[in-house]
Amino acid sequence: MANVLDIRRRIRSVKSTRQITKAMKMVSAAKLRRAQERALAARPYAQMLTNVLKSLVTRADCFDPETGEPLHPLLVQREEKNILVIIVTADRGLAGAFNSNIIKSAQRFLESKGGVNIDIECIGRKARDFFRRRFPMETPDGPRSAPVRITGEHPGLLSKPDFATVEEVAEDIIGRYTRSELDAVYVLFNEFKSVIAQRLVVETVLPISQIGERDIRQAEELSQKELERAGEAAAAAGVSLTEPDTAEIDARAAKFGTEQVDYIYEQPPKQLFAALLPKYVSVQLYRSVLESVAAEHAARMTAMDSATNNATDMIDSLTLTMNRARQAAITKEIIEIVSGAAAL
Amino acid sequence: MADTFQLEIVTPERLVVRDTAEEAQIPGKAGYMGILPGHAPLISELAVGEITYTHGGATTRFAVAWGFVEVLPDKVTILAETCERAEDIDVSRAQAAYDRAAERMKEGGEIDYDRALIALQRAEVRLEVAKKGGLAAH
Repeated sequence: MANVLDIRRRIRSVKSTRQITKAMKMVSAAKLRRAQERALAARPYAQMLTNVLKSLVTRADCFDPETGEPLHPLLVQREEKNILVIIVTADRGLAGAFNSNIIKSAQRFLESKGGVNIDIECIGRKARDFFRRRFPMETPDGPRSAPVRITGEHPGLLSKPDFATVEEVAEDIIGRYTRSELDAVYVLFNEFKSVIAQRLVVETVLPISQIGERDIRQAEELSQKELERAGEAAAAAGVSLTEPDTAEIDARAAKFGTEQVDYIYEQPPKQLFAALLPKYVSVQLYRSVLESVAAEHAARMTAMDSATNNATDMIDSLTLTMNRARQAAITKEIIEIVSGAAAL
Repeated sequence: MADTFQLEIVTPERLVVRDTAEEAQIPGKAGYMGILPGHAPLISELAVGEITYTHGGATTRFAVAWGFVEVLPDKVTILAETCERAEDIDVSRAQAAYDRAAERMKEGGEIDYDRALIALQRAEVRLEVAKKGGLAAH
């Protein structure tokens, strides 16, 4: 049986680990709350933009009246020969299965798209680290050496996700789509409505098939067990499980640009439409990033909550072992004394 | 007719303002528009510029870069890409951006020129708004 001193030392070490995981859990919970607020704050803009576009679709002739061909380059559907997949992971690990789930899902998606040229853009260091070991890193306009390649990475975007940075990424993609260098753009990310409502989705960014309708190509729900664990962790950290009530804001946003009146259009509707459509793409990407960040913090909070619980269990069992060892030592000593006395 | 209207400014990041106003000046793509309560319904793109509105005699200024406005008789909603209150503008940063953009314009290159021009306009508006906002505060 192990030495009492050794066990005591181990208990001390597990205790300090528990302190760290507990602190990380609280930090993640705080960050999650902030991330959720940010995702929420972005909703009215997205909603309003969608509404204006929807009402413009009917007024701006975005489809050729005779052939039905879309007139805006971002609406054009082409046969998929060159596609771009944007993969959103986290920058850091220690978030349970968060990153590996996304990467696994990404690999499955890449396999399902066999036969076409795929460019990958990584948002988040974990995706970059993983795919860089497998696929070559090339500039988008350079010659292609393999069917799958990485054309971009965006370090630092996740730590401070502001719209301007995301928009730069989006503009780049829009440019390439317009020049027909890409035939489709997908984004793979962890969708996050609340702690217990999240899933991995692959969403079509381009071409835009219908404004206001999300085009989801592949979705994987997190397992029931994972969600339950996340729910428990959230309850323990005091994070609300339900989606905050935004009905009022949403209702206001939903009215934007849809009043039953004849608007004066300062610019021709077509021009407005062309100016707004790229924003729509940016907003979509921005939302993916925000939701992914929230999901990352939720995943880390859950992982750290489990770690804290495990550490507590371990301390309990170690304490038990230690007490037993101590008792055994005492018993041994008594026996020694008694048998020593008996020998006299 | 009511003598005020609702004003809302929304950016992708947050709701910047929800207030009542008696008058607003908005930089439309085709020039500044003055808006009073009871304006005809209108939708317009915004340029880089300055939004001002008055409420109870106090004027509030914002620097705005690209956006979109919906005007209704009793409500004005602005979707702006970026929108900063005059007091919140970081003057030294705007000045640095201004210098950088001016530098890039000198160097030339067609795409760079266009981008630099936009950056220059943004920085210029920021500086201007910050200056005026500063004066109003005194």
